[in-house]
This record gives sequence, structure tokens and C-alpha cells, in this order.
Amino acid sequence: MYAYDAFDAAYVRERAAQFRAQVERRIDGSLTEEEFKPLRLMNGLYLQLHAYMLRVAIPYGTLSSAQMRQLATIAERWDRGYGHVTTRQNIQFNWPELRDVPDMLDALAEVGMHAIQTSGNTVRNVTADHFAGAAADEVADPRPVAELLRQWSTDHPEFQFLPRKFKIAVTGAPNDRAVIRAHDIGIEIVRRDGAIGYRVLVGGGLGRTPMIGRVIKDFLPEADLLPYVEAIVSVWNLLGRRDNKYKARIKITVHEHGIEEISRLVEERFALLRPAFGGADRAMLARIAAQFAPPVWDVLPVPDAPADAGYRSWVDTNTAEHRNPDYAIVSISLKKHGATPGDATSAQMRAMADLAERYGHDELRISHEQNVVLPHVHRAHLPAVHAALRAADLATANIGLASDIIACPGMDYCALATARSIPVAQSIAERIDALKIEHEVGALKIKISGCINACGHHHVGHIGILGLDRAGVETYQITLGGDHTETAALGERTGPGFAYDEVVPAVERIILAYLALREGPGETFLAAYRRVGAAPFRDALYGEQAVAA
Amino acid sequence: MRRPFTPKVVTANALLKGNAVYLRADGTWSPHHHEAELIEDPGRAEVRLHAAEAAPGLVVGAYLADARPGPDGPEPVHFREAFRTRGPSNYPHGKQEGAL
Repeated sequence: MYAYDAFDAAYVRERAAQFRAQVERRIDGSLTEEEFKPLRLMNGLYLQLHAYMLRVAIPYGTLSSAQMRQLATIAERWDRGYGHVTTRQNIQFNWPELRDVPDMLDALAEVGMHAIQTSGNTVRNVTADHFAGAAADEVADPRPVAELLRQWSTDHPEFQFLPRKFKIAVTGAPNDRAVIRAHDIGIEIVRRDGAIGYRVLVGGGLGRTPMIGRVIKDFLPEADLLPYVEAIVSVWNLLGRRDNKYKARIKITVHEHGIEEISRLVEERFALLRPAFGGADRAMLARIAAQFAPPVWDVLPVPDAPADAGYRSWVDTNTAEHRNPDYAIVSISLKKHGATPGDATSAQMRAMADLAERYGHDELRISHEQNVVLPHVHRAHLPAVHAALRAADLATANIGLASDIIACPGMDYCALATARSIPVAQSIAERIDALKIEHEVGALKIKISGCINACGHHHVGHIGILGLDRAGVETYQITLGGDHTETAALGERTGPGFAYDEVVPAVERIILAYLALREGPGETFLAAYRRVGAAPFRDALYGEQAVAA
Repeated sequence: MRRPFTPKVVTANALLKGNAVYLRADGTWSPHHHEAELIEDPGRAEVRLHAAEAAPGLVVGAYLADARPGPDGPEPVHFREAFRTRGPSNYPHGKQEGAL
């Protein structure tokens, strides 16, 4: 994985030192809040409902054991002993005090981490497939591209005051695990006639006006990546609606001008920019790619799997096919039934770091689905990994199942939220566990957002739940049929919303309706929904008479 | 038609800790909603909000929140404000921590 060079290390240390001085000036009154707010946001520091929140970037979700241990230390020393991983592969600390934040940034800098551009109208943390470099279906590792984009976008002088935030995701596999169709720019590495290039999508996004990204370039030669991405951001920077923040994202720009016109403008801009990229970008990509060389694989005999049913269930749900058949990708669920989705205690972070160091070639990943991944585990070590995870209360076998719920922090933490998300997710997971049906139900993505900004990706959940404030009461809208993958789709709203205490029974009715409707265990929830449509699920939710009325 | 004025409290987040705080009648800030001054006059609400905004070294983002009288002092009206008086529902890490 990428290791900071002297430039990177000096840069993050200097930024931490700058912020220390800015905090001091805010506390002594030299800076007003109006002056300080953009400075703190540039360093990932939000003021939320009950406290400050520091959002730390985990570029493309990749972490070393040392970095994970440092996050554990930060959580313990300056927060409440846990961290919360997010749908953009970041980690958030919910309780820092203002005076402590510079020390937290120093601690991050010690291990090559920072919180820069995790907020504000800039290019945000570049995300990638959490199985990058390990997946069996991969054309190429997307992380070198993501790292190149990180370096290019960090403090890019033209892109520090964009019309709105800008999110880029990269995948190197045809099976989209990085939600690239719901990003401002989505990049898919493809191979054509033996040559590596990129399919580039633009104008995807969730939030108030959800849209699926459009293909702006079906095959972009590898050499043209950076000038082409710069051309897109540059065109949007000029055209983007600064008069209305709700219309400022590039999805609206693409919608208003049309993909053909945006494509023409991008090509025009690209023609101007291309000569300025004289090859330094490609040389840099080659240097970065060398750092993402695969580890030296262990050659070990694979013993027979233990007969333990719990172990076998965990292997079935929490491991995925690796590019090396002797290896597996291990997903560690941060979704124990009834727990807060995406939270890990300091002890759990250390346990995962230990496992990565001992059995995982020193690598961990944060997934946008708010879980942790050990991307390279030899199959011979799976029983030991499972036993250690069980000891750390991290062995819940539910990856991709109904209780593996994405939930934003919602109104338990977020100042923008209009309703709670976390307790809804906790209650749904507990109910599903009590019914003992989730393995029978199979693949099911439930995603919950506590406001229209859709950090919980509810639009692309098979079952999406959106919490709203309706006349001073928490109310939840349900959508069905959303899909975040290469067959991306936005969910359809079922009908009237549900009160807080009606949501869990409503989700249960949807799941039971699916079990009754499906043609067999091989037909997933999404496949069944696409076959039968929304009507039978609406019947289950509201009753046939209510729908007819 | 103009909506009739409903009682308010002045609330904000503390500058250093970021926790929710409430303006008392004596001009000091309390972490407890029930200790806030319940303002029943729109003119006074404006004056008190200006006073809060003039204390930038102590608090951030002062605003007026609907409240109603209760047996122990003002009570929040909206669920968001009720959550701010307690803390998150998933851990006892907010104000409820002190109450345990």
C-alpha cells in the first residue's frame, strides 16, 4: 500500500500546525466563528448536535495495522473509546473537544493520516472498491488511480471553492462494489483490445435529487485520465449553480445542460489541458502503482474446515473469492444484531489490527457498507481468524444479509438530520435476529438515512428508509427496488410514511411478503421485486383496500 | 396571517466542548434546558438572542427554540430539542452520562 513520502509527511504536519494556531486564535477571540468555520471544515471538524465531530479520511478505505492502532489510541485518549466508519470509507469521532483536535491531527500525521478535505466544497476523500487488489473479478487494482486522484485533488488551487462538494469513486471490477453510479464522477477500469482504460461516468448522486450517473466516456485511454478528470471538474466549476446550493451538484448541471453538451464542453477543455500534462502524471501513477504491488503470497496447505456450524456459517457469509484461490477476503461485520452500525471500540480496532498484522499481510479496508475487510487471508488461517474475531465480539455472520444495514448517524448525532437512523437499524436487526430468517431470506440490502441528504444511501437500498420530520413527528418513507451495483436503480416510494414505532413491523411485512412471493431460494429479493413489481409489496405494507382506496 | 409568538429559549453549542447549552435569565449558560429563561415576549426574545450572539467566546450558533413551561422549568417542544437535552439514543454518552 501507499506510504507517505517526505513531501506528504511534511504537508500533513504543516496543516496540523496551521490548524493548531487557528484553534488558538478562535479560543482567544482573534477569529470569529464565521471566520473559523471554513477553516475547521477544511480540516474535517464539524459541530454536531451534542459535540464536535472529527471526520478522518481513509483514502480508498485502505489502512495498515499501525494506522488502525493509532485510530484506537485516538478514540481512547480524546474521544469515548470508539470510532464510527462511514459510507464514504471515513472514520468519525463523535466527541472531541476543540482544544484537543490539533493533538488528534498530530497523532494522525504520525501515521500518515489526516482529515483534510473531508468536508467543504472540495474534492472529497476518493473512494474505491473495498476488495481492491484482492477480488477475483478484478481487471486492475483501482487504488493507484484513487491515490493519484487524491494527490491531484489535495489543495488543488482551482478546486478549493467548488460550487458544492465533489465525490469520486473508482472500481477495477465489473461487479460494482464502490457505488460508482451514485458519484459525481465514477471511474471503472476496463480492458479493451488488451489495453487498460477507463469508462467514465458523470452526474450520479443521491441526496435531494437522486440520479444515476451517465457515461461520458466509454473508453478513456489510460494516459488521458488526469487531464480528462480535471476537464470535467473545471467545466462544472464554471457552470455549476452557485445561486442555489440544492442545484449546485454536477448531477443538476448534467441534467440541465444535457450529457451531450457537457461532453462537448469537457472535450473542448480537455483539448486545452491535455498538452499541459506532459507525462509527469503518468510517471507518478507508475510510481504509485509500484507501491500497490500484491504481497508475496504464503504457500501453505489448507486443512479441512472445522465441523463447527458457527464457523461454517461465518465462512459462507463473511468471506469472498480472492484472486489467489488459496486465499479469501474476510469481511468483518460491524453490525452485530442490536449494535450501532459501523461502530468499533478501541479494543476491537486493536484486535482487527492484530489480525491484519498476523494473518492479513498488514492490510485492512473500510467498506462503504460500514464494515471492515481483511483483504488477504490464507484459507489455512480462517479458523484462527474466526476464533479471534469471536473473542472480540466481531464474528457476526451477516455480511450482505438483512441485518447488515447501512445507517447514517441520523439525529442521534448529526445536526442536519431530520429523524433518527441508528435506533431504527438496531431494532430492525434485533427483530430479524429474533425471527431467525435472515439466512433464509439471503441477500438483502437495507439502507437508512436520517435526512434527504442520503448519507445512508437509502435510494439504492433494496429496502430504503428515509427519516423525515413531518409536523414535528419522526416519519419514515420506504422505498423498494434500489440497487447500488452495476445494475444501479433508484428505489420506488411505496406510499405514505410510517411512524417511528411502525417501521420495524413494516420492514417485517416486506420481508415476509418476499418469502411468500419468490419462486424459490435462488430468487433474491431484488430479482423478485423486479419480476412482480411494487404492487404486492404495497399490499403487504398497507393492505389491499388501502392501496385500492 | 402572522403566527402568534410561542415561548422560546435561547440555545447554542458551547465553544470548547460543543455541547448544547441554554441561556439563563442572569445571562450565564447552563447545560440544562430546565434552567433556561423561558421567553414569552418576541421583543425580549430578539434582545436575548442578540446578547447570546455577542458572546462568541463562549458559544456557537445561538438560536431560539420553541419551549413550554414545565414543573421543573422550560421543556422542549420539538423532538430534536428533546434529543439535545439528553444525548444520543445508542450510548449514554451525552448529558445522560452525568445523570447515571
